[in-house]
Amino acid sequence: MPLLDIKRRIKSVNSTMQVTKAMNLVASSKLTRAKDNFNDIKPFFESTKNVIANVVRRVGTVNNPFLNEREIKRTAVVVITGDRGLCGGYNAAVCKCALNTLEEGEEPAVVTVGTKGRDFFKHRNIPILSSYREMSDRPSYTDAKSVGEKVAELFLKGEVDEVYLAYTKFISTISNTPEIIKLLPLDPDDFKTEADEGPETLTIYEPGEEEVLEYIVPRYINTVLYGAMVESSVCELSSRMTAMDAATDNAAEMIDTLNIQYNRARQGAITQEITEIVSGSNALE
Amino acid sequence: MANKINLKIVTPSRVMYDGEVSMVILRSKSGDVGILPNHQPMVTVLDYGVMKLYNEGEEIKRAAVLGGYAHISEEGVYVLTDASEWSDEIDVARAQHAKEVAEKRLASRADDIDIVRAELALKRALVRLNIKDL
Repeated sequence: MPLLDIKRRIKSVNSTMQVTKAMNLVASSKLTRAKDNFNDIKPFFESTKNVIANVVRRVGTVNNPFLNEREIKRTAVVVITGDRGLCGGYNAAVCKCALNTLEEGEEPAVVTVGTKGRDFFKHRNIPILSSYREMSDRPSYTDAKSVGEKVAELFLKGEVDEVYLAYTKFISTISNTPEIIKLLPLDPDDFKTEADEGPETLTIYEPGEEEVLEYIVPRYINTVLYGAMVESSVCELSSRMTAMDAATDNAAEMIDTLNIQYNRARQGAITQEITEIVSGSNALE
Repeated sequence: MANKINLKIVTPSRVMYDGEVSMVILRSKSGDVGILPNHQPMVTVLDYGVMKLYNEGEEIKRAAVLGGYAHISEEGVYVLTDASEWSDEIDVARAQHAKEVAEKRLASRADDIDIVRAELALKRALVRLNIKDL
């Protein structure tokens, strides 16, 4: 490769490296905030689950539309992805995980949070019942509530008969995994193991058991969604951080190789020039 | 600590309070309820209203609670709410604005407005504005 071309190439790789480095830094600072947020919501989530567990355990069989099983015709998956790429396999992994579940059902449908998920399912001609965006960066409870209310409405109207949730589970900063859980109908058995064994305490429910459940269950859905959204955003940021870190390393490696190439070419050019001069002066003698 | 009760107030974004009080008054759907130590286990749905924290017979703090529920067990009182603010955190200008908007929407009675939503917004604004007097 000519000298000038190598130089140009080094320059362009260098500017790419600056971009990836900056993105890495941005992602890591956002990640700290997202992690704090993730830890803050845990108590809310745990106690909501606890109350439902106790109510369900005590009431036994209740007539709540969210708890009743029905014949499954249409399966929907709520897919939580990011709005932007450049985060390794984060978006693709969760979409594929959702697709696997959808293929088992007869009539698939999705509700997407994040533009990446929307594009993925649009491309595959899977009906999108509702799509949301601009939530993944910093999910708020209000965002989760609007998604939750929509899902509850679809379920109650009978447009979908079961709802799954595909999100990304956080393991550590360098590792996460897509997960799928059943959202609706709620399975009372899931809660039974959560509730503590031992003698039952006599609890008053005001205004009534069914009313309390009616109020808490939609709230539980919102809470689960909110938790999943926050956890996914932590994963998105950590994936982006890892991906950008790798990209920066690769760019640095590339610059090293290019530098060696450049120096070799430069040395070659100089050697050649000297040889030419020497042979030229030899010819004159 | 027989005459104290553990109170934990949790919103989706933060733990607002975690400590002991001698009494807490909550606005439930069926009216104000005062919770004293050794209360019977109870789960109650909360209305929009004011929550008051007492210690040694004196009010120490009050907060606007905008829906949610309270879970009372032997361990204490758990208040879970979508939104709640201490009285000194309320943005009065914003609440005043919300109140005016909601009132205007209700007064217009146009077909395209969601009356239930406007009424709820008005209720929220009123709780925030009147917290000192409630």
